[in-house]
Amino acid sequence: MSTGRTVEAPVETDKRKDPPVAQHMMRADQNRDTIKGEVSKDLRHDSAAKHVTGSAEYCDDIPEPMGTLHAYLGLSTRAHALIRELDLSAVRSAPGVIGVLTADDLPGSNDVSPTGRNDEPIFATEKVEFWGQPMFAVVAETRDAARRAAKLAQVTYEDLPHALDPETAQEADMGYVTPPLTLRRGDAGDAMSKAAHRIKGKLRVGGQDHLYLEGHIAFAIPGEDDDVLVHSSTQHPSEAQHMVAHVLGVPSNAVTINVRRMGGGFGGKETQMNLFCAVAAVAAKKWNRAVKIRPDRDDDMSATGKRHDFVIDYEVGFDDEGVIEAVTGEFAARCGFSSDLSGPVTDRALFHADNAYYYPNALLNSHPLKTNTVSNTAFRGFGGPQGVIVAERIMEEIAYHRGVDSLAIRKRNFYGDNGRDVTPYHQTVEDNIAPRIVQELEESADYQARRQAVLDWNAKGGTIRKGIALTPVKFGISFTATWYNQAGALLHIYSDGSIHLNHGGTEMGQGLNTKVAQVVADALQVDFDKIKITKTTTEKVPNTSATAASSGSDLNGMAAQNAADQIKERLIAFAAERWQTDAGNVRFVANAVQVGGETIPFADFIREAYLARIHLSAAGFYKTPKIHWDRDTGKGRPFYYYAYGAACSEVSVDTLTGEYRVERTDILHDVGKSLNPILDKGQIEGAFIQGMGWLTTEELWWDKQGQLRTHAPSTYKIPLASDRPRVFNVELAKWSENRENTIKRSKAVGEPPFMLGISVFEALSHAVASVADYKTCPRLDAPATPECVLMAIERLRG
Amino acid sequence: MTIRSEIRFVLNERDITLDKVGAGDTLLDFLRIDRRLTGSKEGCAEGDCGACTVLVGRLQDGKLRYEPVNSCIRLTASLDACHVVSIEYLSGNGGKLHPVQQAMVEHHGSQCGFCTPGFVMSLYALWMENPDPTETEIETALQGNLCRCTGYEPIIKAAKAATTFGSPAEDALSREREAIMARLSTLQDGQRVEVSKGSSRCILPASVDDLAEVLVETPTATMVAGATDVGLWVTKFLRDISPVVFLGHLDELRQLDVTDGVIRIGAGVSYTDSRAAMAADYPHLGAFWDRIAGWQIRNMGTIGGNVANGSPIGDTPPVLIALGAVITLRKGSNRRTMPIEEFFVDYGKQDIGEGEFLESIDVPRPKSGELQAAYKISKRRDEDISSVCAAFNVTVQDGKITAARIAFGGMAATPKRAASVEAALVGADWSEETVMNAAACLGEDFSPLTDWRASSEYRLQVSKNLFRRFWLEQQGGDAPVRLSA
Repeated sequence: MSTGRTVEAPVETDKRKDPPVAQHMMRADQNRDTIKGEVSKDLRHDSAAKHVTGSAEYCDDIPEPMGTLHAYLGLSTRAHALIRELDLSAVRSAPGVIGVLTADDLPGSNDVSPTGRNDEPIFATEKVEFWGQPMFAVVAETRDAARRAAKLAQVTYEDLPHALDPETAQEADMGYVTPPLTLRRGDAGDAMSKAAHRIKGKLRVGGQDHLYLEGHIAFAIPGEDDDVLVHSSTQHPSEAQHMVAHVLGVPSNAVTINVRRMGGGFGGKETQMNLFCAVAAVAAKKWNRAVKIRPDRDDDMSATGKRHDFVIDYEVGFDDEGVIEAVTGEFAARCGFSSDLSGPVTDRALFHADNAYYYPNALLNSHPLKTNTVSNTAFRGFGGPQGVIVAERIMEEIAYHRGVDSLAIRKRNFYGDNGRDVTPYHQTVEDNIAPRIVQELEESADYQARRQAVLDWNAKGGTIRKGIALTPVKFGISFTATWYNQAGALLHIYSDGSIHLNHGGTEMGQGLNTKVAQVVADALQVDFDKIKITKTTTEKVPNTSATAASSGSDLNGMAAQNAADQIKERLIAFAAERWQTDAGNVRFVANAVQVGGETIPFADFIREAYLARIHLSAAGFYKTPKIHWDRDTGKGRPFYYYAYGAACSEVSVDTLTGEYRVERTDILHDVGKSLNPILDKGQIEGAFIQGMGWLTTEELWWDKQGQLRTHAPSTYKIPLASDRPRVFNVELAKWSENRENTIKRSKAVGEPPFMLGISVFEALSHAVASVADYKTCPRLDAPATPECVLMAIERLRG
Repeated sequence: MTIRSEIRFVLNERDITLDKVGAGDTLLDFLRIDRRLTGSKEGCAEGDCGACTVLVGRLQDGKLRYEPVNSCIRLTASLDACHVVSIEYLSGNGGKLHPVQQAMVEHHGSQCGFCTPGFVMSLYALWMENPDPTETEIETALQGNLCRCTGYEPIIKAAKAATTFGSPAEDALSREREAIMARLSTLQDGQRVEVSKGSSRCILPASVDDLAEVLVETPTATMVAGATDVGLWVTKFLRDISPVVFLGHLDELRQLDVTDGVIRIGAGVSYTDSRAAMAADYPHLGAFWDRIAGWQIRNMGTIGGNVANGSPIGDTPPVLIALGAVITLRKGSNRRTMPIEEFFVDYGKQDIGEGEFLESIDVPRPKSGELQAAYKISKRRDEDISSVCAAFNVTVQDGKITAARIAFGGMAATPKRAASVEAALVGADWSEETVMNAAACLGEDFSPLTDWRASSEYRLQVSKNLFRRFWLEQQGGDAPVRLSA
């Protein structure tokens, strides 16, 4: 505690060659027992004040050097066609144009395939494979001039047949963009044939556009020799670095990627920014001028990938009680023209096809289908939601079949003891808290009474019907590409005691920088605001993983803690020697270091350490333990742990129009021991609404020619403030602690609560079912737009 | 007549004079590129996300009113004699946060922060008008702002709490009001303004008479009132709209007069400014009006523009048709009137000649025996374009239907009356059977399209079902027939 005697550090100031420690740095803060910004306490986003004043700098806000040029992509207007002629003469001669880039102008490789499958050209050459595929870029003095010029290309196409969706792709035998996966446990065929009851069903689940408010952008500044610096809004700076190097044909050490913050990412900027970074970098090197590229929203939505749509054929066998005996599922996904991340996305769909339920026998196949659409990519949940929703549909199917409440069916099928704890991928579920979470939510949301009230209301047979559903989520945490589960951090303590923190994660609004700084503040016991959180840059931490898979704070928090621990270790050894005591007598207390009976202000202590030539910088590193995965056998432990949650939603549906309203949602969610409860709550609320949007109003609609017609917020409808539940109660499971040794026993939070939106979908289904007295499980596909809901009602009414 | 050849307005504290302005130049580009005021963001460039929201204050009838607008589609030339307030204005000296900003910080209303300046500006406008808003009022004020991170809950909390951090009376815009009014009235010199950049021309007529003259001189000019549609021609289709004639600044066109017989809506009256009068006579239109676009667009967009652009999916034409509105077109000093439904000839074709403009819309006052309703069906409840818009006006006397005006949007190439349906209604008994029999005739009147907003089948089905809703609503009864607001 800092109540101990404060001593003046024994510094011989006259020997100093540099300025003394500024008084404001550390000394003012010693009279508190605790630091500002402790872990596990609410702390606002570190950029909050900058956000609200408009002074937070995004990529497009960076002042442009004199002579900055602007690039713009020329996109195809065919879904599948040979390019007979690409005449760019009018583009080149348009006002303000400096030049154009085609595949021929790329010094290195014309490929940004993130998995090395070499199937994703920057610029299409012989043929285009989706409407909106880049064919060239034009570079001009202004963005406006570049945009106008890009429209002047004269392209002669020879049309080829196209397949836009999974079903058409299967019929057309389009093949896979990446090898499919099979998960097999037990003998599903045999168990199915012996099951007392069997149901077959089909569910179509739509994709989703990220609609990050800040679109794609890259801003390249050429340097000497091979060098280029690219400011961007990417979730994966290291991959962008490697891709730019690959496209420029230079080593990675020539390329630097900087990311201060993103205006939203959600997975949409994991791989999709690579192309923009590469185009800006190539143009910058070619013309030796700074080059920025920022597509218009319509082009952003047309030319970059989205959440995968799925068509899932499932079959479930179960007993009289509704306990599952076997599940089979065929998961056909619209992957688009290239593989991108479709392999791990479709894998993760299978990994989550069980959600929180034990399938004694399971056979699950993925079908990552090639389609003539934009290549689909990562999006919050990464295939997981498309798996989870099938599990929840299966619960509903069984419930309607047995004529009981679907919550009862869910409970009967939860993972449990006595061998009911192994997943279809043969990982043992060791931390199953789904039953407790569901039980607590059932009580706190007053589910049973409210369900009865819903039934009573509907029994009156009015126009407005109600529905209620309580759905859980269990979500596996770790990249299934095991090598991604590593992270680095760089920590400097300057001789005045101020701290500079850098890590491999990127800030996209989730508050990662805040959380990681809290970890460092806690480790060194200094106030949070003494730590400068700096932009993510490949110059400081190399070979980082994408900030994705909810892993940001798990990985980077641990790496930063490791860096802090290294410095601490040196400081403790220094103090023990300097003050001639045992290392055990050196303690880091709030903004000070206690050595025996003395309390030395942190800044003074650091000053001493510096003068004693202690190394005050450290590179931290972390890799997730325990995980392994053998894709060929479909066995392993791909996930370090699971995060859990549950939501109960009640809706009203207008049976004349299909319009609906979410009346109330209650959420209980597991983030382990939270690093920052208020930020976690923000993630949960935001993810829920985004998940609800995915399943309700967010509809991607392609016309027959293959053009996406919902390509801007005027046509693609994400939730508004007025769409959120009329009553919205969100709680953390405060008792939860991660049983694995994660950073401060916390759990990942980015993705898992996304799937809580499924409660809205199933509540809508419940209201729809009321028009036929709950005898039939409604054929409701996602997104359940008002149209989809009304048509389901009309079908049930017959 | 003297012609001024520069645009003059006030941006935050500074006087701005521009002598080179192109027809399609937008306020957002001016702020971000020319002035390096990068707090306002471009999220969509079509007025749908609100990240670019700024306030525009203008003098009207001697009063200074500030309204949030989308700077991405607000054309710069239209700002003559206005006060533009961007996010940069809010932080006072010494970086002290504004009450609205403070509330947003305290309630964790930002995550990625990109939409945040736009939210702050909308909430700022709300707080000035209504410091203690209800949740519904907050949601209505935020219909034009998208946030993809927070799920909105903390923003709503911030909106409620803003008043605890300060009162509008102490706000800079209140303190400086007199001074700004004085500056703006100096700028309002009553002259025609003509500015250009290269060959791109902008004309701001001095009066409606001057407008009539300008249009006769320049019959091919693009007329722009709120730019909520034309703005997209510029930002999305890169269309050259020069020469442009702006109407939004003409107070004469912004007049709304209620007389014994009619509500006369000047063609430049915004959705916002027409709401009170429409809802006073036709209470069902209050909630309907609140579902037209978002707040920013309702402040910019005009009833005249909604009619004149002839879109089959505009929200007000079906309502105006059902109410029996009559429009006045003017060319030079000649005027002609017509029932509004006759104006809509075909897709993209209206009965308007070269040099002619829509001057006003007369909406009849309610008459006894009229039963009315207006329904908007859209994928998302708020700030969406109609899949179907239906307006009913049925006159019942002594149990018989004596007149019927039923109009639909989204069902044909133009906003259109349902002739067969009306024929089935008129003369029949006012009964559920009559109403549903009439609904069954919809297929004779309409063969709607399938597009991204809705399928043909849904459009027909929901339209039929709306007749049932209309009937049920007219019956009263305890059981709700619509979702609660």
